[in-house]
Amino acid sequence: MSGPSSYQPSHPALKWFEQRLPIIGLVHSSFIAYPTPRNLNYWWTFGAILSMMLGVQILTGVILAMHYTPHADLAFKSVELIVRDVNYGWLLRNMHACGASMFFLAVYIHMFRGLYYGSYKAPREVLWILGVIIYLLMMATGFMGYVLPWGQMSFWGATVITNLFSAVPYFGESIVTLLWGGYSVGNPTLNRFFALHYLLPFLIAGVVVLHVWALHVAGQNNPAGVEPKTEKDMVPFTPYATIKDFFGVTCFLIFYSWFIFYMPNYLGEADNYIPANPAVTPAHIVPEWYYLPFYAILRSIPNKLAGVVAMFAAIIVLVFLPWLDSAKTRSNKYRPLGKQFFWIFFVVCIGLGYLGAQPPEGVYVVLGRILTVLYFAYFLIVLPLLARIEKPRPLPNSIADDVLAKSGRAAPMVSAIVAIVAAASLFAGSMGEARASEGTEMPPSAKWSFAGPFGKFDRGAVQRGLKIYKEVCSNCHSLNYVAFRNLAEPGGPGYTPAQAAAFAAEYKIKDGPNDAGDMFERPGRPADYFPAPFPNEQAARASNGGAAPPDLSLIAKARSYKRGFPWFLIDFFTQFQEQGPNYINALLQGYEDNPPHGVTIPEGSYYNKYFPGNAIKMPKPLSDGQVTFDDGSPTTVAQYAHDVSTFLMWTAEPHMEARKRLGYQVFVFLIIFAGLMYFTKKRVWAAAH
Amino acid sequence: MTASTADHPTRRDFLFVATGATAAVGGVAALWPFISQMNPDASTIAAGAPIEVDLTPVAEGQDIKVFWRGKPIYISHRTKKQVEEVRAVPVSSLPDPATDQSRTKDGHEQWLVVIGICTHLGCIPIAHEGNYDGFFCPCHGSQYDASGRVRQGPAPLNLPVPPYQFVSDTKIQIG
Repeated sequence: MSGPSSYQPSHPALKWFEQRLPIIGLVHSSFIAYPTPRNLNYWWTFGAILSMMLGVQILTGVILAMHYTPHADLAFKSVELIVRDVNYGWLLRNMHACGASMFFLAVYIHMFRGLYYGSYKAPREVLWILGVIIYLLMMATGFMGYVLPWGQMSFWGATVITNLFSAVPYFGESIVTLLWGGYSVGNPTLNRFFALHYLLPFLIAGVVVLHVWALHVAGQNNPAGVEPKTEKDMVPFTPYATIKDFFGVTCFLIFYSWFIFYMPNYLGEADNYIPANPAVTPAHIVPEWYYLPFYAILRSIPNKLAGVVAMFAAIIVLVFLPWLDSAKTRSNKYRPLGKQFFWIFFVVCIGLGYLGAQPPEGVYVVLGRILTVLYFAYFLIVLPLLARIEKPRPLPNSIADDVLAKSGRAAPMVSAIVAIVAAASLFAGSMGEARASEGTEMPPSAKWSFAGPFGKFDRGAVQRGLKIYKEVCSNCHSLNYVAFRNLAEPGGPGYTPAQAAAFAAEYKIKDGPNDAGDMFERPGRPADYFPAPFPNEQAARASNGGAAPPDLSLIAKARSYKRGFPWFLIDFFTQFQEQGPNYINALLQGYEDNPPHGVTIPEGSYYNKYFPGNAIKMPKPLSDGQVTFDDGSPTTVAQYAHDVSTFLMWTAEPHMEARKRLGYQVFVFLIIFAGLMYFTKKRVWAAAH
Repeated sequence: MTASTADHPTRRDFLFVATGATAAVGGVAALWPFISQMNPDASTIAAGAPIEVDLTPVAEGQDIKVFWRGKPIYISHRTKKQVEEVRAVPVSSLPDPATDQSRTKDGHEQWLVVIGICTHLGCIPIAHEGNYDGFFCPCHGSQYDASGRVRQGPAPLNLPVPPYQFVSDTKIQIG
């Protein structure tokens, strides 16, 4: 993409082809012979990392679409069936869901890199603006993708975000109706979001081609920010940049795999494991972490229209950045003031992200307003002003000089990595922070056999939990996503297929219609799902004082609680993700006959110190000695609670053991491969230094 | 500037080959989930479990069509005449030689159970049609006799017999 190609095919067939379609020459000149500045640091590998992430997202996305059903009544279930039944479905879904976060993380690093080194300045303005367009498309794609699982957060996220357009004067309501295809978010909305979510990534890919084209016309910027002068400043793209990019990609894959295999729900919201319910809004609505800074800007402005305008302006302002910052020096390495303000701006962005996850009240609102002002001030006041008053440090004469001067200075890079990792986890963890609930105790952390990277389900506990579910819980709670055949699958309670079939045969399953057109009952088969205790939600409500007992299949993933600072940071490294079982375990033991002084519990409710709000409609379900065990385990409420929590963790994620096992194998591979890549990269670059 | 490694094998070559080989192994292994997901999922496999069919309502000369694993299964209650006819045919004259005995269960020779999918290109033949008192495929004119054996037309093979067994005189289990 940079002028006529130097590629000279020798084989006559290739020559013949090249004369008719010079595509090999194009690839050769763009990715092999293309000269790249020799002083690029690892922040420049994020371009390759982003290309890989786009590829991964498109590949996994197309595959998920083969198994997904875009219908309001079936979408949630189809996602669960992907995770439970499709071969490696859990892996593909985790790759795609965590992949979105990784894609955004990489794009933010890429953008901050461009910001720091002045990569948006002439002659790279169009390159930068194309990047902003890609970012906008990514945000739209990410948002619509988040709607597709049709959980509570999907539904209410869709409602809130589409309602942004109702701020438009005069036409607002009409626009929103148009977006929804109805009078509220519903099936037509889901269908069109699915279609667009499938379309937009290909548009992104198209703009990426333009982005790379523009890059190869203008040439890459570099940490010194000086234009290349001689051949000594450059190295050919292959092998130098290729091998470095591959090494960067491999390291990024290690980070990405940590989420896929060990923390798949760390960046997600527990509420999204509750099917969409148009009648109930979750207590705290938060967008995905990558939108949080803009969400904070939206909320900090008390006027609806102005808030929406400010939010969009916060992104659009990036388009004008090349002209707002008219300083001649590109790289902040040589701008003493520019560098400081850059880091202040970085902290402002992280701060906004943190505030976006907090409840919009008290000090958070004030802080949000201050940071919003600082955000815009950076672009509209600081950068234009610095261009006029700042005295930059002397620039190196050439890229080659820069390489010679800086040998042995890697410290800023390390500290920046630390800052970014900390910032990313602050973002992530702050979502958990948002879930404040007053007067409710935090569930104690119990010891679970399935915790940690090598965790496995305690077969005995799962079997006892199944017995408790069958004898007690199943009187009110359904288990819709669990089939009898699951009981014989590896990683579960460890029954044989014959035992599972015998277990199924104890149930009466409604089937039909038969030849006469009548419904009939027959004994259960392994392929059948656990029958629900009530025929429909209304019946469940009517029999339970107005509160429908929730389905228990996913309850261990659908319940969580705030861990607070600094626990959410530590959790990332210890792989703590047992909030759900801890909560269930605590709840089942949290009943007290007499509520504490001053607490009144309404008629028909019971006091439970771990239930949010303390008034639970479910009466104390378990008491000592209620269920007998064959294996001699104590028949106490504590044991019951532990076993049933283990069982429900298994029903929520039947392939957890497979996930951790494959994760271990992938990690061994990736670490070996990264080591090999590191030495290969060193060997290749030895010739250039 | 470019590193030339072709001249003499060195430790550098070994490193490059090892890295390349590891990348290739990883790449191939990473493909497997993307291919494996195309296979039937666990619920589809579970739904393909054996089914039982009650034969009592099927009178002599009638047939019924049931579905197993998404395939139509013809269950024919053949008349004496049909059975005699198909057993009288010299096997060697058939395009896909097979005796009627090998396609039915001993003691239940009046019952024919076949997968009703034409072995030509997958259409569903019509029962009690054609020149052989068996099945006739409307798509390309293949004809099968009352034993489901191909007698005429482009179909290369007989209608396949699914795995089944009699659990009682009036009930079969398919699968």
